[in-house]
Amino acid sequence: MKATSTSEDITKNPYKKDFPLLSANRDLHYLDSAATTQRPARVIETQEKFYETTNANPLRGLYELSIEATQEIQEARERIAAFINSPSSQDVIFTRNTTESLNLVAYTLGNLILHEGDEVVITVMEHHSNLIPWQQVCKRTGATLVYLYPDKEGHILDEEIERKITPKTKIVSIAHVSNVLGITLPVKKIAKRAHEVGASSPELMRSAPGSPGPTMNDTCICDAEGKPHEAKNISPQQTLPGIKGAVVIVDAAQSIPHTKIDVQELDCDLLAFSAHKLFGPFGVGVLWGKQSLLLAMPPFLTGGEMIDTVSETDAVWGPLPEKFEAGTQDAASIAATTPALDYLESIGLPVIEKREKALIKYLYDELSALPYVHIYGPKNPEERTGVVSFNLDGIHPHDVASLLDSKGIAVRAGHHCAQPLMNFLGTDSTNRASIAFYNDKSDIDALVDGVKYVWGIFNPPQK
Amino acid sequence: MNANELYTPALLDHVSNPDYNHELCNATHSHQGVNPTCGDELNLHLVIKDGVIEDAAWTGIGCAISKGSADMMSDLIVGETVERASYLAELFHRLVIGDTLSSEERKELDEAISLESISKMPARVKCAELAWRTLEEMLKSQS
Repeated sequence: MKATSTSEDITKNPYKKDFPLLSANRDLHYLDSAATTQRPARVIETQEKFYETTNANPLRGLYELSIEATQEIQEARERIAAFINSPSSQDVIFTRNTTESLNLVAYTLGNLILHEGDEVVITVMEHHSNLIPWQQVCKRTGATLVYLYPDKEGHILDEEIERKITPKTKIVSIAHVSNVLGITLPVKKIAKRAHEVGASSPELMRSAPGSPGPTMNDTCICDAEGKPHEAKNISPQQTLPGIKGAVVIVDAAQSIPHTKIDVQELDCDLLAFSAHKLFGPFGVGVLWGKQSLLLAMPPFLTGGEMIDTVSETDAVWGPLPEKFEAGTQDAASIAATTPALDYLESIGLPVIEKREKALIKYLYDELSALPYVHIYGPKNPEERTGVVSFNLDGIHPHDVASLLDSKGIAVRAGHHCAQPLMNFLGTDSTNRASIAFYNDKSDIDALVDGVKYVWGIFNPPQK
Repeated sequence: MNANELYTPALLDHVSNPDYNHELCNATHSHQGVNPTCGDELNLHLVIKDGVIEDAAWTGIGCAISKGSADMMSDLIVGETVERASYLAELFHRLVIGDTLSSEERKELDEAISLESISKMPARVKCAELAWRTLEEMLKSQS
């Protein structure tokens, strides 16, 4: 018989003690990690220590303290680059959160390459942060937003991918894991199709540094009538090195806390996530991109520290990553991202994955055994990452969540920033229990008891 | 929060056996209220004659708090003048934001007083208030 290590045994919990909030609130059953995770002590301590020992404005100062602050940011950047297997730390851009990363791409890349007749493909499962930016850039440019629809459990079938991703597709932006259904989307398959048949963007070639077209500083590669310039020597098929067909963007916010992300293996062109869903601090988002693409994309926010030179009438953008990091960064939070990743790797992602799979299976099996509970998403718990969304027959999720809260159980209730998906599922809202490795069997038992209690309140035994 | 304080038998009875959850074909006034963040929608229908609310009904989707509150409110305002209904809505607003009400004022709210503890749950105040806010908007727009 194969021995199960303590870390994978969900009746044991060697992790709670590392999280000050969880160890101080032993009666709390925190099942909302998909919204934000708790932070281990070392993350909180690093953030505090930064202000006590290293606080200075990074990048600007020539004195020791500022240099140290700059080094801490660079260290975090390198740590993240290694964590996601980026070929270079220069390709890791710091933003505030996933939403900002995706808006950055929609504004800079979307405005540059989209025109009437082009298509942007997303799925109906997207979080609003990967939906509204594309909806709006399509309105601005006249491009069409195309949705991939899944089957009832959340699977996106091959026929749907082949039907919707066509030579008209210029951008594909998809969640890696759905924040409502917990299903993993076939990112590699979608990326392969998008790169093979999607439309290439000669605008990128013209916008790339050193191109014979307008310089990299032109945010709109258009002439006075708004028509794109036809730069010499660039055919419509020519693309940047390493970029083929449509540009593929992955929203990894819900996958990166649970599974190994390798940007090269996923074969995406851009990828976004947030540190606060990854046991790190609030206020730090990441946008990773293929370097040739990031170089060709115009900047998003302009201002301090993102330039090489500025005159009264023009500016020359700085190199990567500074070009996309205007203004003073949240250096303390960025510095505190490093220990979050160190902590995760000290446990090991394979161990975390195994433990979480066991937690999700137990959660799914226990909830699905209750006849009045309706669960959304895949019926095979093996296909789930992190979340189980459910409803109790005839009871509004807000009532469920309030009553669970009275028992110390924290779940999310509502539309989960995925209203088009709610519509697709034929509901207004759901409850969502989401786990991290710091949960254990007792959290799930409490939830199941809580659900029975809620049911009992609304359905008292007949006298 | 002790949930039993809020999900009282009185509230749950209004949810499972509502008296006013139906259409009102002779309604003289109808108004829709929404809570965009919850997705709650409530349609309030009244028959107002000579300044008196002769009948009331509500339809819509929402949580137990918003539905129970709508049913209790309907019960309270039928037979009352428009002015008095506005006064009761103001009393209810004060109740759910945690103001101290006199014992006479508490009596006037009748069963709706059972929603008092919602003031300790800021996330749910708007659920309890939806029907009352809809009533106030309707009465304001007609005056």
